[in-house]
Amino acid sequence: MKRYSALGLLRNALDYNRNWPAAWRSPEPKKSYDAIIVGGGGHGLATAYYLARDHGLRNVAVLEKGWIGGGNTGRNTSIVRSNYLWTEASLLYEKSLQLWEGLSRDLNYNVMFSQRGVYNLGHSLQDMRDIERRVNANRLNGIDAEVLGPAEVKRAIPCINTSPGARYPILGASLQRRGGVARHDAVAWGFARAADALGVDIIEQCEVTGIEVRAGRAVGVATTRGAIAADRIGVVVAGNAGVLAGMAGLRLPIESHPLQAFVSEPIRPVLDTVVMSGAVHGYISQSDKGELVIGAGIDAYNGYGQRGSFPVIEHAMQAIIELFPAFSRVRMLRLWGGIVDICPDACPIVSKTPVQGLYFNCGWGTGGFKATPGSGWVFAHTLAHDRPHDLNAPFSLDRFASGALIDEHGAAAVAH
Amino acid sequence: MLLIECPWCGPRAETEFSYGGEAGIERPADPYALSDAEWADYLFFRRNPRGAHRELWHHAQGCRRWFGVERDTVSYRIEKSYRLSGAGSGRPAAAHIEASKEKRR
Ligand SMILES: Cc1cc2nc3c(=O)[nH]c(=O)nc-3n(C[C@H](O)[C@H](O)[C@H](O)COP(=O)(O)OP(=O)(O)OC[C@H]3O[C@@H](n4cnc5c(N)ncnc54)[C@H](O)[C@@H]3O)c2cc1C
Ligand SMILES: [Zn+2]
Repeated sequence: MKRYSALGLLRNALDYNRNWPAAWRSPEPKKSYDAIIVGGGGHGLATAYYLARDHGLRNVAVLEKGWIGGGNTGRNTSIVRSNYLWTEASLLYEKSLQLWEGLSRDLNYNVMFSQRGVYNLGHSLQDMRDIERRVNANRLNGIDAEVLGPAEVKRAIPCINTSPGARYPILGASLQRRGGVARHDAVAWGFARAADALGVDIIEQCEVTGIEVRAGRAVGVATTRGAIAADRIGVVVAGNAGVLAGMAGLRLPIESHPLQAFVSEPIRPVLDTVVMSGAVHGYISQSDKGELVIGAGIDAYNGYGQRGSFPVIEHAMQAIIELFPAFSRVRMLRLWGGIVDICPDACPIVSKTPVQGLYFNCGWGTGGFKATPGSGWVFAHTLAHDRPHDLNAPFSLDRFASGALIDEHGAAAVAH
Repeated sequence: MLLIECPWCGPRAETEFSYGGEAGIERPADPYALSDAEWADYLFFRRNPRGAHRELWHHAQGCRRWFGVERDTVSYRIEKSYRLSGAGSGRPAAAHIEASKEKRR
């Protein structure tokens, strides 16, 4: 791998940028691998990277049916935070946040992780009580969190409407200063390039169409580019998790829903942080290019179509305009949808399955971008050792039968 | 936006309805007879198919009745809607009829 550096930028500029090497190879799939990762989103690529870097497993392939990062990884609003309510969840997301903090250096790739802070607004007495509770829980877990009143919110975000007569009055907010946003495509590309450099084969345009199970053990996959054998198979396909589970005769407690987002035309810098409101289903930040990046809630119906219904967009827009009246004259440029994998307790499943050698990492739903490095890190551990790391042990598939759910709806349901 | 046909009121905008998830899920008659895994299956595990899906919708802002819809989860195309008590109904209504016969006996 050719390292990226300031000097390299200069040297390539002198060549009119005609001589940059490809960031990763495009190899033909081999007949067999030690491990196959199905799904070339951020989570799958991160899994392959940590498998190769930390567990010495380098005969690994990532199989992606489309192109790297074309799924939810390239469609999300890129909010990163770790202020979840329950200890199990907050420790997992905090591990991820700590990996984010060194990620650009680890990968030698600028993922533009920007710790600009994340505000979660409270609009009612009950919202504020929940915020106090969550902030206290976070601090007990060593996670930075603060409770702010309306005046402090207004001072930090001058364009927000904190007047008491507002339709959604702002009584305060929680603030996680270490939270922020990252460049989503760069996360996929950075992990792909770093994994490739460690010997991982990244195979695009390769759809998995079957999982071969022999005597209770997964032994390989059927793909649009032929059969490939593997000792272990990790499936990380977000909204398509149920489809892949079906190929191995498994069922998952997951339903797939459309989730939509949209961006405005670029405008001058006006919002230098991230604002979310679970109560009114809207969240917003401003990209480095100046676009307002706005996310909606999920469409209620099951869907795999990577698009949703317009009323959901309208609903999110109404909320944003109530919070930021000045944005009512900004025009919207683009709108898109992804398919998110919703779990009943709004927490992921990172787990072994009843099929030996087959592992699933799914159920991140509306909020898994922030978990990309952490999810790959614990999933790599699970595949390498055939048992979960302490951090993901509570996120097993068994919890739905045992009843040990991790109810993050309060902190995660709408929020990202 | 979906245009959904309420079997009683006719085609109406999606915003008049609320979604009720997979149709035909029957509450087990004797929950205590089930294993934890079977109970979990009833509570949490859904078919979630990529393709044809039978689901429940509620005409919340209209006649306030529940009904069944067959919809494709990729194209979102609605094949048909049907009354739960009539022909083509889901299993819950059929089970309900069986149960009431039981009582009459
Ligand atoms: C609009 C929107 C906004 C969001 N906002 C946020 C946010 O602000 N913060 C946050 O933390 N999270 C957010 N999320 C959630 C986040 O995007 C996801 O949880 C996360 O990206 C999941 O990562 P992944 O790598 O598992 O999925 P993906 O990137 O979807 O990767 C899965 C890959 O599997 C591939 N695949 C599927 N089937 C097959 C097959 N049969 N064979 C081979 N490959 C297959 C797909 O093509 C895809 O590339 C948002 C999501 C959406 C849609
Ligand atoms: Zn009606």
